[in-house]
Amino acid sequence: METLLELMGITKVFGDNVANDGVNLKIFKGEIHVLLGENGAGKTTLMNCISGLYIPNQGKIFWEGKEIQVKTPQDAVKCGIGMVHQHFMLVDNLTVLENILLSGLRKRFVFLNKKQQKREVLKLMRSYGLDVDLDAQIWQLPVGLRQRVEIIKVLYNDAKLIILDEPTAVLTPYETEELFKVLKFLTAQGRSVIFITHKLEEALRIGDRISVMRRGKIVHTFFSTNVDKNLLVRLMMGEEIEERKKKKSSKVEKDKRETILDVRDLYVKNNQGTIAVKGISLEVGKGEILGIAGVAGNGQSELVEALAGLRLAIKGKVYFKNKDITNAPPRLLRNLGIVHIPEDRHKHGMIGEFSVKENFLIGSYYRYPFSKRMRLQHEYIEEYARMWIKKYNIKVSDIRMKAKYLSGGNQQKLILARELGKFPELIIAAYPTRGLDILATKFVHEKLLEYRDKGTSIIFVSSELDELREVSDRIIVLFRGEIAGSLAAKEADNQTLGFLMAGGAPLFSERK
Amino acid sequence: MIDILLAILNISFLQAIVNMSTPLLLAAIGDIYSERAGVLNIGLEGMMLIGAFSSFVISYHFNNPYMALIVTIIIGFGLGIFHAFFTVTLKADQVITALGENILALGLTSTLYRIIIGVTEIQPECPGLPVLYIPVINRIPVVGDIMSGSNILVYIAFLMPIITYIIFEYTSFGLSIKAVGENPKAADSLGINVNVIRYIAVIISGIFAALGGASLTIGGLKYFFDNMTAGRGFIAFAAVIFGRYTPLGVFVGTLLFGVSDAFQLRLQTLGIQLPYHIFTSIPYIVTLLVMIFSRQTSFSPKALGKAYVRSS
Repeated sequence: METLLELMGITKVFGDNVANDGVNLKIFKGEIHVLLGENGAGKTTLMNCISGLYIPNQGKIFWEGKEIQVKTPQDAVKCGIGMVHQHFMLVDNLTVLENILLSGLRKRFVFLNKKQQKREVLKLMRSYGLDVDLDAQIWQLPVGLRQRVEIIKVLYNDAKLIILDEPTAVLTPYETEELFKVLKFLTAQGRSVIFITHKLEEALRIGDRISVMRRGKIVHTFFSTNVDKNLLVRLMMGEEIEERKKKKSSKVEKDKRETILDVRDLYVKNNQGTIAVKGISLEVGKGEILGIAGVAGNGQSELVEALAGLRLAIKGKVYFKNKDITNAPPRLLRNLGIVHIPEDRHKHGMIGEFSVKENFLIGSYYRYPFSKRMRLQHEYIEEYARMWIKKYNIKVSDIRMKAKYLSGGNQQKLILARELGKFPELIIAAYPTRGLDILATKFVHEKLLEYRDKGTSIIFVSSELDELREVSDRIIVLFRGEIAGSLAAKEADNQTLGFLMAGGAPLFSERK
Repeated sequence: MIDILLAILNISFLQAIVNMSTPLLLAAIGDIYSERAGVLNIGLEGMMLIGAFSSFVISYHFNNPYMALIVTIIIGFGLGIFHAFFTVTLKADQVITALGENILALGLTSTLYRIIIGVTEIQPECPGLPVLYIPVINRIPVVGDIMSGSNILVYIAFLMPIITYIIFEYTSFGLSIKAVGENPKAADSLGINVNVIRYIAVIISGIFAALGGASLTIGGLKYFFDNMTAGRGFIAFAAVIFGRYTPLGVFVGTLLFGVSDAFQLRLQTLGIQLPYHIFTSIPYIVTLLVMIFSRQTSFSPKALGKAYVRSS
């Protein structure tokens, strides 16, 4: 097979952290090459070195046999390398067409002949069977379509190598299938694809070859036809992972459960001022985990924020243990025993510039025993922080260290420790495992289940269907701000959930 | 009451609106480029003041207002580079930098005026920009009457919203500016040089702010006094926010301030028994009122005020 891209000894160092350690990699023409590894294995860093966002400290890059220097993204684009980033590189309030034109500005003249270029782009889209409304603004599109725009952008620049960074993380199962079809089509035309993922099944399904990355190195490259799944996992994790135990469902019988949270006909607006939550009613029982599924942007975030007191509900009522808490301020909610694990831990879960110790204080700094006569009780606080760090096995060298220097998993553990340490009656957890590796994810699941068994009620929002089915007792699916379906977790399978997430009617509903 | 109506229902009032709007319009329209590219330019005030001063001095010395105009453009270019160097290259705080520039401009122009012109009993006058007669426009009824007696800066000012609209809607340059101001990381990943675009945008802003200043001296009073811009740079900045960063909106915004300015001038001449300070404060009060109703921030470019650092 002909080699398109070859990396030799790529090393990238950030401070003391070696993100890529002498990586060698060959990409053939017309193959889908999967880069498989845990979070923090260095996959994205390596791809950023190829696409010109980072400059490697050492190593050489060869393109079709010739050594190339990729110092800026422009260089990469010129060669024919196109990257679809995990966080889309789209300008939200420009139209699809404008975003696509932006990517090809260098070949254009001063004036954008939008009509003619629209025709060109449409022709391109048709030839690949990709369909998007070119006049829609990006923020109006669901995530799956945004990704499609990214792919069109790359093709518009005639990329020969297309790099996709965790492309399925935000997609519904149906959208994933569509994406896979597109990728197969692209490689059939002789283009190459690098597909970054940490999902094993996906790697095996889509990859022609699979390279496993761990701690900045490529451990091994396989042809996906002759590969042992267990071996892949071992290489990825560097340790044997036991099969996940089948969890027991909630101990409390469903009918006998006391209702803790009762949401009635709730309406909430999003930041654009349009109604994102349209008359949602739901109940959460004592000792129950209610999973909320849905493609990002279907009202989950707004619902969670309204329940956590961060966003005003414009209509409807929320009752917590029969007490009306509609639009109650967060401090009152916290005092009632409702805690919130926010979706974006950097923005809303912690203060990166504050020390680990100070982060433990957030939300309770004013309260005895943390504070006495308006003075912080540092001795007690430190003792408290140390206790939880030990209990949750958070890897911290010094509690005075800034929280932003912790790894993602440890940051999330810190937030969990702080919130669960209040022994809440209701936990609102929004995407608590987002971006975490297998071990940290497992830890979060265990904690949630542990609290459920103690009788805590939990709202668990996630985009990962497997974990939703595994952890929840009951799952509701949101679509365009409404409940598209409600199922017992035992009855739910990915196909049904995916169908509901895409707006289809329920195949079967919860038996009552 | 009838006096007031009579004072505003005539061509000369409309002419006054045009004259009062011109400096604001020049500065504000130029500022759109900077803001849309993600760089706050609250230094408009200082840039206008320096533009006003330098055009006056050059015109006074060389007796040539057009030469003064060209020098002012060059100085505005320099002011843009200065602001961009601090905010884009050094990534200094954009508000604090502008604050420094405004204070510097006030001190610099007042001091240089005393050094170059000295303290005189009579305000020295410089030659102003001559009236520009454009046959096509001046033959249009009403519009022709309003524009008669206007100089080149007025025409430029009133053309700029259209030109700017075309640039932002139909050119690749305009598209790059918008992308850089909304999502510099995305723009960078597409091979748009974020810093170069921001430099160009801020330079455009600098040039038009300086021209706005020039329209007060060589295009208006023909003399210079300390702090003669009197906050017009800030009003222009407010007009940009009020106009939601769009050429048309900004045009309407500056007209609104132009109207209130022209109106207060008329009120002063009516001989109403009130301290004139009350009238002169009208445009500023209008600014505050307008800001109350346009506080929504969702229209501002998302990367506004943030220096772009490529993570590495």
